[in-house]
Amino acid sequence: MKYMLMFYDNPANNIPPQDETERNAWFGRWMAYNTAIGESGVVVIGHALQPPHTATTVRMRGDQRQVQDGPFADTKEMLGGFYVIDVPDLDEALAWAARSPAALKGGVEVRPLMDSPPEPS
Amino acid sequence: MTQPSSPPDGIDAAQRIARHAYGRLVAWLAYQWRDVAAAEDAMGEALVKALERWPTQGVPDAPEAWLLTVAKRELLQTARRQRLHDSPEVQALYDGDETEALGFEIPDARLKLMFVCAHPAIDASIRTPLMLQTVLGIEAKQLATCMLVSPKAMAQRLVRVKLKIRDAGLRFEEPEADDLPERLHAVLEAVYAAYGLGWEAVDGGQAEIQDLRGEALFLGELLCSLLPHSAEAKGLRALMLFCQARERARFDASDSLIPLQLQNTALWDQTLLDQADALLAQAFQLSQSGPFQIEAAIQSAHCQRRHTSQVPWRGIAMLYGHLNSQWPTRGAQVAQAVALANCQDLEAAAQMLAALDPEAMRNYQPYWVWLWRTFTNWLASIRMRKPICSADSASLARQAPRLF
Repeated sequence: MKYMLMFYDNPANNIPPQDETERNAWFGRWMAYNTAIGESGVVVIGHALQPPHTATTVRMRGDQRQVQDGPFADTKEMLGGFYVIDVPDLDEALAWAARSPAALKGGVEVRPLMDSPPEPS
Repeated sequence: MTQPSSPPDGIDAAQRIARHAYGRLVAWLAYQWRDVAAAEDAMGEALVKALERWPTQGVPDAPEAWLLTVAKRELLQTARRQRLHDSPEVQALYDGDETEALGFEIPDARLKLMFVCAHPAIDASIRTPLMLQTVLGIEAKQLATCMLVSPKAMAQRLVRVKLKIRDAGLRFEEPEADDLPERLHAVLEAVYAAYGLGWEAVDGGQAEIQDLRGEALFLGELLCSLLPHSAEAKGLRALMLFCQARERARFDASDSLIPLQLQNTALWDQTLLDQADALLAQAFQLSQSGPFQIEAAIQSAHCQRRHTSQVPWRGIAMLYGHLNSQWPTRGAQVAQAVALANCQDLEAAAQMLAALDPEAMRNYQPYWVWLWRTFTNWLASIRMRKPICSADSASLARQAPRLF
């Protein structure tokens, strides 16, 4: 089954750390995690995201296109990145989520991807 | 097939089998299919078909296998409609066709399914109702009454959690060793809750609910045999056997509950008490502390009265203190206060009672009943705002089977 792991962190928790040594250690943890999950062969796709201040949200209301500066949900926690992984079950997806540095201070939302619709016959 | 029987026999048979086998059949299907809601729907359809056919065509020789076959066909048809025919779940059902053979014993998947229901990805507060509904067939309405929520809310929550089990891909295999203690505790809680629900029917007489006690005892035994190194499984079984042993002593001639310390010990079942004591001794040898073992030890202490004519209140108060220091519940807190009062430590008892959350106690009948019975004299000088002693026996017995 495919799951999306969504990595959330609260910048108020000093993520990414201001201090250079701490920041390097933090990057190091992510590098180690990325290597481990990459080598396990479960990754379908994954990326870190640019910070929320780069986000733009679009809505269509009638035939009006409304473009707004900022993320869709204005929350303290920010979505910092994601992986889509293909694993046998939720338990394994949760195990990968728990290993991520985001789980230490923030949190990881794990959601199954919807099955593809059946091919038309 | 047997000879066609008269219509009521067919209906009776279907109802009887539904009552005895529903949980086992649903659990087996749900476990194979990994979809609790679909398994329940399919078994519902199978029971409808049984009620249509058995009265005219006779009850099959292997009625459970018949129901299972019909339910499996339902599941397969649904799957075909949803174009899932290549999935491993569907394949598993094709492979399982030997269940149609006469005398095939359907493996008991109830405990396995209970461990799935205790998955950490399922909200802790819905785990027990989910287990009770899925494995023991208790209706949402009744679960709602016990859990003090509206039937509609309970039904909605159960539907939602079954969708999550289906769609989120929860692991159905045995839990990892790390997960086991937490999940086991949830399973034990549900089995004990089923046992408590079984007491509710003592004066009401709904046969299917009375059966619950038997089911709970059976599941407790199964847990002990599947997990021989779990002290808590033994503790729970011992606790249920202690309660069960007192069955004949719990009511007086006018069907009022008799508190544990006033029961006629000659009416207690000595064989069951000896079994319970032996189990508890085995549990202690495993050196894993846990709430069910302490609860059982408290029962064991109460039952010493059959030999000594005395209730060892001091020891009981200490056991409750130990229980509340790690696993506090309002029932155990009230019981500790009562035990303290009974060994004349009124000051400590009063302190305990004063520390309890009044809001949590407001609707907790055992609290008021005990307060009333134990502190009548002591409270005489205090004007009680609400003297309450209108608790009905049934719900009292359910809320606090260990006290009666």
